[in-house]
Amino acid sequence: MEPFTKLTGRVVPLSARDVDTDQIIPARFLKVTDKVGLGKCLFHDWRFDAEGRPRPDFILNQPRAAGAPILLAGDNFGCGSSREHAPWALASFGFRAIISTSFADIFCGNCLKNGLLPVIVDAATHAALMERAPADPAIEVGIDLASQTLALPGGATVTFPIDSFSKECLLAGVDQLGYILKHADKIAAYEHGR
Amino acid sequence: MAATNPRTMFEKIWESHVVFQEPDCPALLYIDLHLIHEVTSPQAFQGLREKGLKVRQPSKTVATVDHIVPTTDRSLPITDPQASELIAQLRGNCRENGIELHGLESRHQGIVHVIGPELGATQPGMTVVCGDSHTATHGAFGALAFGVGTSEVEHVLATQCLLQNRPRTMEVRVEGTLPPGVTAKDVILAVIGRIGVGGGTGHAIEYTGSAFRAMSMEERMTVCNMSIEGGARAGMIAPDDATFNFLCGRPRAPQGEAWDAAVAAWRCLPGDEGARYDRSIAFDAAQLEPMITYGTNPGMAIPITAPVPDPARMEDAVRQSALRKALGYMAIEPGKPLLGRPIDVVFIGSCTNSRISDLRAAAKVLRGKKVSPKVRVLVVPGSQPIKRQAEAEGLADVFRQAGCEWREAGCSMCIAMNGDMLAPGQYSVSTSNRNFEGRQGPGGRTLLASPLTAAACALTGVVTDVRTLL
Ligand code: SF4
Repeated sequence: MEPFTKLTGRVVPLSARDVDTDQIIPARFLKVTDKVGLGKCLFHDWRFDAEGRPRPDFILNQPRAAGAPILLAGDNFGCGSSREHAPWALASFGFRAIISTSFADIFCGNCLKNGLLPVIVDAATHAALMERAPADPAIEVGIDLASQTLALPGGATVTFPIDSFSKECLLAGVDQLGYILKHADKIAAYEHGR
Repeated sequence: MAATNPRTMFEKIWESHVVFQEPDCPALLYIDLHLIHEVTSPQAFQGLREKGLKVRQPSKTVATVDHIVPTTDRSLPITDPQASELIAQLRGNCRENGIELHGLESRHQGIVHVIGPELGATQPGMTVVCGDSHTATHGAFGALAFGVGTSEVEHVLATQCLLQNRPRTMEVRVEGTLPPGVTAKDVILAVIGRIGVGGGTGHAIEYTGSAFRAMSMEERMTVCNMSIEGGARAGMIAPDDATFNFLCGRPRAPQGEAWDAAVAAWRCLPGDEGARYDRSIAFDAAQLEPMITYGTNPGMAIPITAPVPDPARMEDAVRQSALRKALGYMAIEPGKPLLGRPIDVVFIGSCTNSRISDLRAAAKVLRGKKVSPKVRVLVVPGSQPIKRQAEAEGLADVFRQAGCEWREAGCSMCIAMNGDMLAPGQYSVSTSNRNFEGRQGPGGRTLLASPLTAAACALTGVVTDVRTLL
């Protein structure tokens, strides 16, 4: 996993709340045995019509989405299915962070394991960003993971929460499995003691 | 010696599974049972291979194929090459690692959350995970069961452990007796309708009260199954004699003296007198009605006689636009009930409602009658044992004579990965758990309901209150 330290970049707003992982990547694209290249299926049925033509009004089809690393999403983003294909698709499309007021549990955990940072902000900050972003394709924010701060357009900064373990893993770009494996002796002792 | 604080069942199971925990770190939680299926496991096995790791405890892992398997004649070859590849990979991965696989040829093949309990693999007090969000189903047995992503599948395969932050606890209490026509499915839809699809986020739910005590294990599984639709990863019900009777004699359940010892230990699992939950909500069973969803998430649920909510009457602008968008997708007008609305398909199946009691309930409504000629009705048993039992009891004949398609076991139209799907614009009444846009096929529109309601709608071809037919 690539380390995540700082990120400044353009924001793509997607205002819908309770976006489920079936929308992020529909089930018929899960019939794969690897993780690569899923960006082309990201939000497939919102992005393309039944004939596969891009829907011009959908935000990911607009020029501002190209190369933008930050998604601004609605409440409870990523609910539903546990499919890790959802963060794989988001990362493959080019996103490295998602800002919302809340994330579904499994999705949030899956993002953290794929170097995709969930940034949780308060409702007022979220509403202000969501109000401004649609009309301002150049809108940028800055994320500093070490200090857990989000620099907003206009100069204000807010802090965001993240558990310290996930933060250290992201900063160092290390996989959680490495940490668990280091404690194999404790697992063996637990198994022995039952 | 100081008395220990009263603990909830969740706390007891959690604490007994913490291998260790460093300050400021998640707990390392031991996993007793790991269920795997063809769709969310290939990348996990690939990860093991790349890292040169082995499966630590193959005997604590059980595999099956369910999501992409055809539910038509199994003697025919599978025509979808991607599906064949997923099945072949799972077979290879299980063989290579010594994992018990219930493939298409197994007499036990079925939906992962149906076969775990059927095999007696799911037991009280266990931690159970699966790369599937409906893993909470197993919580019906007094297990701590939750869905995980594919990275976590890999972690469990390699270490039999997972790093987890401890969730908060939430009690959902339902007291009283359910009125006729109101089922476990209606209870959980009412709960989700109240708390919303994010209402349980960060929590493990425990369902308490006389309504759950009176339920069969199958009904309890229906309830726990949909915990994730309220945002909760886990949902659980304290084990009791119904639990033990269900498990006794099953292939993976303890036998003989070990069984007696296990039951004695399981009896200590229910929460202590005075144990406290972080949140509690309560319902009166007698007030509940058959439920149906009208929108594009399971929280958009109403009593079947109630009008569809009107966005114009909502104060919160974001919720208002969410409801507008949902009703637009569904092509449903607000302000009046769904009753009488024509439907195209009825799907009876999925890990929520494909067990023998669900099929019996549906068959009771359909017996000796014909389904509406305008409606396609699929009945998909959750497992091969259920299919055999339904055939032995004559239920399959009831369905076939009524004009339903009687299928092989699998997820089928719950997720529409195997070719069983809605056409764009079609409406289904479905006993599954998700009504998300396109869940049952691109452009498809899903109304979630109980098997009783689904069967009633199959007969009439329109949304119907089953109580009018009972
Ligand atoms: S039946 Fe549906 S919800 Fe259940 S495991 Fe299969 S796809 Fe998932």
